[in-house]
Amino acid sequence: MSDREAQTALAAAIAQNRRNERLTRAWLLAPALTLILAISILPLAITVVYSFLTPGTYGGVTWEFSTDSYVQFLFQRDIFDDSLVFNSAYVSIFLRSIGLALGATLGALILGFPTAYFIATKPREQRNIWLFLITLPFWTNLLIRTYAMLLIIRDEGLINIMLMKAGIISSPLTILYTDTAVFIGLIYSFLPFMVLPIYASLEKLDFSLVEAGYDLYANRLKVLFHVIVPLAKPGIVAGCILVFIPGLGAYITPELLGGGKKLMIGNMIAMQFGASRNWPFGSAAALILMALVILVLLANALAARKGASRNG
Amino acid sequence: MPGFTATAWLCIVALYLPILVLIVFSFNENRSVVLWTGFSLDWYAKALENDGIRHAAWVSVKIALFATVISTIAATMAALATTRTKKFAGQGLVYGIINQPLMIPEIVTAIATLSLFALVKKITGLTGIGYLMLAHAAFCIPFAYMPIRARLETMTLTLEQAAADLYAPPLKVFTLVTLPLLGPGIVAGAMLAFVVSLDDVIITLMIAGPGETTLPIYILGAIRRGVTPEINAVSTILVAVSVLLVMLLFVVQRRMQR
Repeated sequence: MSDREAQTALAAAIAQNRRNERLTRAWLLAPALTLILAISILPLAITVVYSFLTPGTYGGVTWEFSTDSYVQFLFQRDIFDDSLVFNSAYVSIFLRSIGLALGATLGALILGFPTAYFIATKPREQRNIWLFLITLPFWTNLLIRTYAMLLIIRDEGLINIMLMKAGIISSPLTILYTDTAVFIGLIYSFLPFMVLPIYASLEKLDFSLVEAGYDLYANRLKVLFHVIVPLAKPGIVAGCILVFIPGLGAYITPELLGGGKKLMIGNMIAMQFGASRNWPFGSAAALILMALVILVLLANALAARKGASRNG
Repeated sequence: MPGFTATAWLCIVALYLPILVLIVFSFNENRSVVLWTGFSLDWYAKALENDGIRHAAWVSVKIALFATVISTIAATMAALATTRTKKFAGQGLVYGIINQPLMIPEIVTAIATLSLFALVKKITGLTGIGYLMLAHAAFCIPFAYMPIRARLETMTLTLEQAAADLYAPPLKVFTLVTLPLLGPGIVAGAMLAFVVSLDDVIITLMIAGPGETTLPIYILGAIRRGVTPEINAVSTILVAVSVLLVMLLFVVQRRMQR
């Protein structure tokens, strides 16, 4: 066999090898991708189509093109002259949800940052236990945790009983079925999502920098905001996103703690597929919610890229 | 930092106190979920005798087992494809698709899946628990995938290469070397998938048909009807199952690190 023949044979073998690898990869990926594409991504396409159809009388859709779902989001059709009048009902539900989710994010940050810092400064063996304690609630049922919170903040709940026994209040505070209850519930639900990413970035922090700050006569607050917070920023941003997004789409918390009166987007969407039955409008609302989430993720990705190019 | 220690303890108390109160009052002899009168297991007995709860528990377990098996197999294969073959164009897209169920708000996935299933039901006329099983299998994949991929990434290729050098055919390398080493990762993935399926509320709530009530859906209905210690008892059992599995997982993972 000449050199050239050997080379061609080798090239062919390599090509064959690559083809085999591609084939192996394709069939290994097939089950996971097929399931997710068919059951999570294809439905989203259907939702887009549904949002442009006309609602059926008993739920479902009628196959008639209409942009009413999107119009209905902002306007109400006047019964008498069929003109469009601005309707703030749905916009205000969205704004309320955004406000509550932002508030909960801030609350979780105020509680979560010190906790993460505390864990990061513990000896290594103790850290694992603390982290386990923070993560464990995440793996217990969110519905049950919310029910537990309901038991605590009810008029006859633990908090009111203790406050009344201590003589601080004479009649129970009404917390349940208010915005405060939803706010508390959201923080309680998603706090672990704030602590874990902040911890991950603080764990890598070089604490000699903190000491250098003190040596240069910076006080505690200055060290915190000029040394620690900037270095922990990626974790803080990740934590905020991880709390804000599920908070925005929350269903169980407002359902149980808001008593079905204090609606958030999630409940509003679910209602369109249940009692009031307007599937196209529900689909449109779901897509608007998803657009908001994608916007947040995109803004974060852009900011991260900008940060990377500035540092690099 | 001053106050940080106190905040950390406050977080732990806030995270655990409500659950502890729930558990304590599941053992209350009284009907009340606030006034402690004495210890009893009556509410557990009541819950276990309740046909609705028993049926719901059986539905939950069936769905969770199916979803765990399917999602763990699919996730293991996908993890092998993304770590044991060369980097490929579109790898980012594959990660994106696999993690998609984590990124989209659950309520959106829930109503989208409902729309698809309603359409399929209308066309084929098929009904049954299969829809719930498939939906659970799909959203469990990313949870099963994470620990399996993490395990594969920390495993060096040396042993697999050594086996291949000794003329073991690829299938033998896989079953005799890769799979046993990957074992703890697969177990961890399966446990996470099981817990996530068992705890799901929103997707199940939207797509479950009559007679397909899972335990969380039963609990949600019961809470809406009114607070009773029976709910506390069922909730305690469900929490105990999740906590036991996650603690086991913690032990398995610490072994893996060694």
